[in-house]
Amino acid sequence: MAYVAVKGGERAIEAAHAWLARERRGDPGLPALTVGQIEQQLGLAVDRVMAEGACHDRGLAALAIKQARGDLIEAAFLLRAYRTTLPRFAASLPLDTGAMRIRRRISATYKDLPGGQVLGPTFDYTHRLLDFALAAEDEAPPPPPEASAEAERMPRVTGILAQEGLMQGEVAGEAEPPDLTREPLAFPAERPLRLQSLARGDEGFLLALGYSTQRGYGNAHPFVGEIRMGEVTVEIVPPELGFAIEIGEITVTECQMVNQFAGSKTEPPQFTRGYGLTFGHAERKAMAMALVDRALRARELGEEATAPAESEEFVLYHCDNVEATGFVEHLKLPHYVDFQSELEKIRQLRATALREAAE
Amino acid sequence: MSAATGYNFGYLDEDTKRMIRRALLKAVAIPGHQVPFGSREMPLPYGWGTGGIQVTASVIGPADRLKVIDQGADDTTNAVSIRRFFARVAGVETTERTAEASIIQTRHRIPETTLREGQILVYQVPMPEPLFRLEPRVAETKRMHALADYGLMHVKLYEDIARHGHVAISYNYPVMVNGRYLMSPSPIPAFDNPKMHRNPALQLFGAGREKRIYAVPPYTEVRSLDFEDHPFEPVRARAGCALCGSRESYLDEVVTDDAGGRIFVCSDTDYCQGRQARQEAAE
Repeated sequence: MAYVAVKGGERAIEAAHAWLARERRGDPGLPALTVGQIEQQLGLAVDRVMAEGACHDRGLAALAIKQARGDLIEAAFLLRAYRTTLPRFAASLPLDTGAMRIRRRISATYKDLPGGQVLGPTFDYTHRLLDFALAAEDEAPPPPPEASAEAERMPRVTGILAQEGLMQGEVAGEAEPPDLTREPLAFPAERPLRLQSLARGDEGFLLALGYSTQRGYGNAHPFVGEIRMGEVTVEIVPPELGFAIEIGEITVTECQMVNQFAGSKTEPPQFTRGYGLTFGHAERKAMAMALVDRALRARELGEEATAPAESEEFVLYHCDNVEATGFVEHLKLPHYVDFQSELEKIRQLRATALREAAE
Repeated sequence: MSAATGYNFGYLDEDTKRMIRRALLKAVAIPGHQVPFGSREMPLPYGWGTGGIQVTASVIGPADRLKVIDQGADDTTNAVSIRRFFARVAGVETTERTAEASIIQTRHRIPETTLREGQILVYQVPMPEPLFRLEPRVAETKRMHALADYGLMHVKLYEDIARHGHVAISYNYPVMVNGRYLMSPSPIPAFDNPKMHRNPALQLFGAGREKRIYAVPPYTEVRSLDFEDHPFEPVRARAGCALCGSRESYLDEVVTDDAGGRIFVCSDTDYCQGRQARQEAAE
């Protein structure tokens, strides 16, 4: 008889992992990438992995990218699985992005404003021509920037609108914000929970959803009130001290979208905010997040909520790429028991259908 | 803390285990009801058994003996991987014998060997909501469970019978637990459904990605949905196992050539090997 029950799964797994390790390293004739090189020279990949991995640690994110062979979703997963084992000793105070040490700040709603427009390190206005000089091995370091823009105070654009009463205020809630990493999603999801979920959500998914709101699937009239990127201080209040202490500084990107709102029975016409905040320099993600945040506010603002981006369950259940990739990829696990039952069922249904056709 | 791994016994920290055990207790108290829990990221991907792994990790002790099966077999790659995970982070004894295991984690099958009191069967569950193909909104299905409003599923079964003459569901066939909650038995073949009914073992279900736990306590009534004039009919291949000859067990179809050749073998490898060993001993 030809059939032999498949054995040796354990040996196959070990051999596959050894093979993977060789593939990861690539040609041993070339020097190995260092974690430091990844952290410094693939910084935007590191930022994305920190955001979607929901863990701010540049070194660990760079290590995850190296281990994942540059697969950023796999790297985010590695970082998540690590962070979930860490103890929680404090929650930080809300970041004061108004006091950001700014490296980039632009507004699309005002030509000029206090603090000015600061382009900063951006791909915007680069011509997307491959730079063959970068292919050279001995790349000379570029000259340092002319001056930092730090000194001047930069009020938020949304604050300028708020002075005139044109911007809907954000009321700080009394309740402790929910913690997505400790409690399962529950619906209806309030805005703190939604923003947590979006902040770690997949950039590509949020990009497509945000885009869909611009194309008519949702009632978006967005303007970039402001995008700012730079360093902010993280503070905690240790219970034994009772006052805030600084524990470090992180880079974040914040996007505030300004959206028209026609008003309701209780509120006059005004602008409403869509908010995006990410670790590192991640403008595309912050902007997409701000669009989707505003779309998800349709219900609370009394707008009709019919588009995919306006459905809480649709957006929040599907934006997590670690969950999504796991479930999509689990289809490659064996399903032959289920498939066998489908085979028998299809044969049964076909037999019934053919018999009836013959009668 | 296990010095060998640097992780707590069973990988999860004790606070997380306590949180999961509380969800399990609630689940046992309300058979078939889905209890939300703070599912953690595990070092294995969502969809690959993280719910089952978290449940097993929360109930396992050093004296337990663990069996892990996938598609009924102990040697499928994901079963091997999960068994190795627990051998590594809990250092427990593992076994391939259904009768010798105190905890059996499974994906897609219930063992052929009858389970006994004291054993725990942990199911890996991809989609805990039995109504999700009919109503994807979780907020809505919650309401339907609260009101025991299962008309939608009965209509689906009725329409299948009206169109095809049979219910067209072959696996993940919905069951009614304790006469109250409609429950997904996980994607086991409908053939296995009757084994859940009044089973002496404790049946626990973990859905990691969907963050739900549910349970069927020992000796609980579990009925597959049907109609009086169209009773539930479990389906298996009309064949005997090519290795042990069983005509009762659930069979996998194995393609042996490209000319339509095929044989059928038991999906439950332990059951099949046990029968073969007894047949050899008798000869």
